[in-house]
Amino acid sequence: MSPTADSTEQPTEQPAPLLQASGISKRFAGLMALADVSIQVEAGETVAVIGPNGAGKSTLFNCLSGVLRADRGTVTFDGQRLESLSPTQRSRLGIARTFQRIELFGGMTVRDHLMVADRARSGRGGLWSDLFRSSKPTEEEHARCQAVLDLLGLDEVQDRSADSLSLGKGRLVELGRALMCEPKLLFLDEPSSGLDRNETEEMSLALETVQREHGTAVVLIEHDVPMVQRLATRIYVLDYGSLIASGNTQEVLQDEVVRAAYLGVAT
Amino acid sequence: MVDLLEYAVRGIPTGCVFALLAVGLVLTYKTSGVFNLAFAAQAYTSAAVFYVLRKEQEWPLFWSAFIAIVIVGPALGLLLERVLFRHLRGAGSLAKMVTSLGLLIAIPEVVKLFFGSDAKSNPPPLWYVRRTDEWLWPQGSKFVFDAGQVTTILSTLVVVLGLTVLFRYTNLGLRMRAVVESSRLAELNGVNAERVSMASWMLSSMLAGLAGVLVAPLFASLNPIDLFTLLVAALAATVVGGLSSIPLTFIGAIGLGMLQAVLAGSLPTNSVLATGLRPGLPFLVLFALLIFRPGLRSNSEMADPLATVDPPLPVPVAVSRPRWMSISSRTVGVVATMFGLLVSWFVLDGFWLAIVISGVVLGVIMLSLTVVTGIGGMLSLAQASLAAIGAFTTAQVVTATGLPVLVAMLIGAAVAAACGALLAIPVVRLDGVYLALGTLAFALMFESILVPLSWVSGGSVPLAVPRPVIGPWDLADDRYFLLFAALCLTVIALAVIRVRQGTTGRFLQAIQSSPTAANSIGISGGRSRIIAFTLAAGIAGFGGGLLASFAGRANYQASFPYVVGLVWVALVISAGARSIQAAVFSGIMFFLLPATLNRVFSWPENYLEAHQQAPEWMQNLLGLVQPNWAVPVSFILFGIGAFTYAKHPEGIIEAQTNSSVTAVLLWTERRKAKVDATSSMDTPQVSA
Amino acid sequence: MSVPVLSCEDLEAGYGPFRALFGISFEVAEGTATALIGPNGAGKSTVARVASGLVAPSAGRVLVKGVDMTGKAPHEFAEAGIAHAPEGRAVFASLTVEENLELAFRESLGRKGVAAALDEAYEMFPRLKERRTQLAGTLSGGEQRILTLARVMILRPALLIADELSLGLAPMITTEVYRILEKIKAAGCALLIVEQHMDYALALADEVLLLRQGEVTFRGPPGEMDRRSASLLSESLSESLSENPPQQEQSS
Repeated sequence: MSPTADSTEQPTEQPAPLLQASGISKRFAGLMALADVSIQVEAGETVAVIGPNGAGKSTLFNCLSGVLRADRGTVTFDGQRLESLSPTQRSRLGIARTFQRIELFGGMTVRDHLMVADRARSGRGGLWSDLFRSSKPTEEEHARCQAVLDLLGLDEVQDRSADSLSLGKGRLVELGRALMCEPKLLFLDEPSSGLDRNETEEMSLALETVQREHGTAVVLIEHDVPMVQRLATRIYVLDYGSLIASGNTQEVLQDEVVRAAYLGVAT
Repeated sequence: MVDLLEYAVRGIPTGCVFALLAVGLVLTYKTSGVFNLAFAAQAYTSAAVFYVLRKEQEWPLFWSAFIAIVIVGPALGLLLERVLFRHLRGAGSLAKMVTSLGLLIAIPEVVKLFFGSDAKSNPPPLWYVRRTDEWLWPQGSKFVFDAGQVTTILSTLVVVLGLTVLFRYTNLGLRMRAVVESSRLAELNGVNAERVSMASWMLSSMLAGLAGVLVAPLFASLNPIDLFTLLVAALAATVVGGLSSIPLTFIGAIGLGMLQAVLAGSLPTNSVLATGLRPGLPFLVLFALLIFRPGLRSNSEMADPLATVDPPLPVPVAVSRPRWMSISSRTVGVVATMFGLLVSWFVLDGFWLAIVISGVVLGVIMLSLTVVTGIGGMLSLAQASLAAIGAFTTAQVVTATGLPVLVAMLIGAAVAAACGALLAIPVVRLDGVYLALGTLAFALMFESILVPLSWVSGGSVPLAVPRPVIGPWDLADDRYFLLFAALCLTVIALAVIRVRQGTTGRFLQAIQSSPTAANSIGISGGRSRIIAFTLAAGIAGFGGGLLASFAGRANYQASFPYVVGLVWVALVISAGARSIQAAVFSGIMFFLLPATLNRVFSWPENYLEAHQQAPEWMQNLLGLVQPNWAVPVSFILFGIGAFTYAKHPEGIIEAQTNSSVTAVLLWTERRKAKVDATSSMDTPQVSA
Repeated sequence: MSVPVLSCEDLEAGYGPFRALFGISFEVAEGTATALIGPNGAGKSTVARVASGLVAPSAGRVLVKGVDMTGKAPHEFAEAGIAHAPEGRAVFASLTVEENLELAFRESLGRKGVAAALDEAYEMFPRLKERRTQLAGTLSGGEQRILTLARVMILRPALLIADELSLGLAPMITTEVYRILEKIKAAGCALLIVEQHMDYALALADEVLLLRQGEVTFRGPPGEMDRRSASLLSESLSESLSENPPQQEQSS
């Protein structure tokens, strides 16, 4: 199927995975949100995390991207320990993400969204250069922006205010903003949530292009099973805060336990 | 040890006063989501009514109290809810706070228009006093409370118990909490949100009235500023209760009162510590609590899940406006400025020229608010104090070293920037309302602890600051000073524009609209906000030095009291926090409007003197107008300006520009459509 | 047939300068289920909001059981028997589970009815009883939906407007939620279902309303929908696809 299928080979062949999270636990006021969850992601691979609501998927994401601190467990990314780092620091190491409830910058154009992300990554510009030098984008910055705009088909709306876009386009802007950080790993939190069929299709296509052209590793939370089948090579299934299955996408989706816990009997 | 205990017990009545105010604030916040700074103004209104009825009209105690607390209090609350706050239910907590700031400024002035602005000394107590030493309790004991204290304690207990019961056990309390979180969702549950919201406001306003009438006799005269300062002192208690728990707020308030009494009793009476720390203690405690109490840093505000029912905010003009229009509007701005300068130079006499210069200088200080609030998204209530730091430093440097004034002003700006940075480091971690409270606490600490010290302010006589002399130009001539001030304003305005459009401005915009998303792309919120705060402090400091130089002295009482700073904030925010024109406009208006109104209101008096044969009805009518209305009326206008903030968060000026831009665009489009009749108009699509 | 629970006549509505609905008319008969489907931005949620009074229509009328309710406040709609479960979080996050239920029950059942109603709700949904003292904001998405529906189950309104109940829910939870919806319908409550996942909505619906760009493009029983307007629907889909040309065409 997809060109990344070969990355499902046993991880033992590669010395260290890109992201290795081991024994992550998180407790909220007596409620065990995550219990000893371990996942790993190889460079360039797409894995999906699925599970019923309240299974702890978003909590896991928040622990990995630094929005929440896990109670226990270790996270190693690209040979570096992450536990004590803030979301900002993690992002500088090459982790980017999108949000389940879309988070755009009000009053900024699509192009500005990308430009801001690029500046944040490169560290160019500051109070001094705002005051005494030009803060206009350079040729290179323009080119980087344009590349992402073209990749996601956002070229036509680049000067529109991002608030005025449809949800589908808005999610693409979020994706573009994340890509401007040139991440090695991308967390996507329900990229198809709230989208209709066309928009979901558009999103899947965009993600496939990203996989193909950037080779970015992706961790995906998604309820849309066709989309998961299309994009992910491996799946982790969470239920009640613990991992109940993991492995190759097709095999896991056939699994009896998974079907009972997640898909229900009907489908 | 026994002494300490005795002092602590003596602190209970003060604690109860704090509790009454703090609990009232928490009640308003819980039931309407408004951090209601105007609580002090509502208290003042009832206290003033009580004063007039009881003392001037000599009504019986019961009826005076009944009218002031049970009638006027709730009626005012009802009025505010109907006219103002019901339209603000969906607005953010900061917008509501700014609106209440406007009310805090406007309401007392309205009251003064009704009851006269003369000093109301010795407010009457809300209890019978036959002999001053009577009603002591418990008799013969070491701890004695007088009748007033007993009344305060009992009222506080009744209020605290009553409210606790209301929220815990009654349906009304439940409905109030539901309506605050989402009035729409409450409506879908069958709750009549409007009625509940009205009840909340009447209740909290009645509480404000009770607090006002009870507290007023503590002061020598009835004064809204004293009441507000006391309210800010009580804020520490609301923070203890996390703005939601009434029992915890009560405990915090009592603790605060005891702490203050213990310190007052145990510190040597004449030391710096006692004179400075005692009045400043509540603000210190407030500041410390804000900084160190965990859980205040994250935004706990409940988002209304049905907020999308409201129409989206308009897109900023700068984004939607075509290039030719920005250029032409900029040209108009430059031409208008030049024209204004020419008129000032050639036409104005000494008085009006001084008004314009003060306005231009204040425009510089207002630009600091543009940076911190408009671009940085932080509501700072301490800009007046930072300007004062600049003014004091300028004065001290000039007096001590004899350096040129201009150099001293730059040093003043640097010192203010440094103080701003020191304040920013703990404060920028706070969110919205709490950040505003942190800066307010700072302003009051500065005023009550530092300003009295002579190494800060130079003592009770303000230090002199000369005018600068630049080469051949002696700025002692007001017209040269005007040019110099306008030049400073222009340079700083251009710098602010560059910051707004530059990377710093963009990062700050990103952090404001979505902190989590900004963090996720590697923008550190703290760093950018500290930069903005420091820059703003520097600008304010420079403006403060300039103002002192123009006035000839660094006079804190005349130029920089924290209350004046609050008026500045209300003014600049209602004109437009992000806009340069708004900052300049509000700076000039602050001085020009009262002066102009003074002229307008003195006209009838002058006219009558000149025309003594005027018919009687005209004499009567014109005789009503008083020249001393000028200041109240302009403050009322300034306050009312802030009400528009919730509707036009972008500011009046920006909103006007926006609507005129839309009008011009529509007009050009229509012309285009006439030319190109075949092209069809697109129907606007909704992104629901 | 008796008076329809809800009838909308020539509704037009919008948000600020945007217009979302252009002359929509339909009825929901007593005890029946109507599915409102269509692409994003078609105005489905706006119809739901107008029908519960959250948004006042700029033109047209809304009648509940034959009584004109246009321009009335949402709580008056609620009193008239309209329940609305809005999209996303529809519970008070700062209140506990029990307080959420109490709030709704107190309004229509009075002080005395509350205790019995609470018992009934807990019996029906034991999971809510476990979470009784928990803040509703800490419940999972599925549990929040169940809390909303529990309210409706007990109060038995004349019409339930269910807006995107499946949004963000795992397939199994969605199935469970729709099972409850089925029960609600069986108890005699009419349904207006706004849904992205058509399979769920169509399984329950007696009538289907297809909305496109603020207008009704199909109205009829779901059986007919399968034959006649599968073509209509795909037409509307391909139309919106052609708005963003190159990438899309190969896939559709």
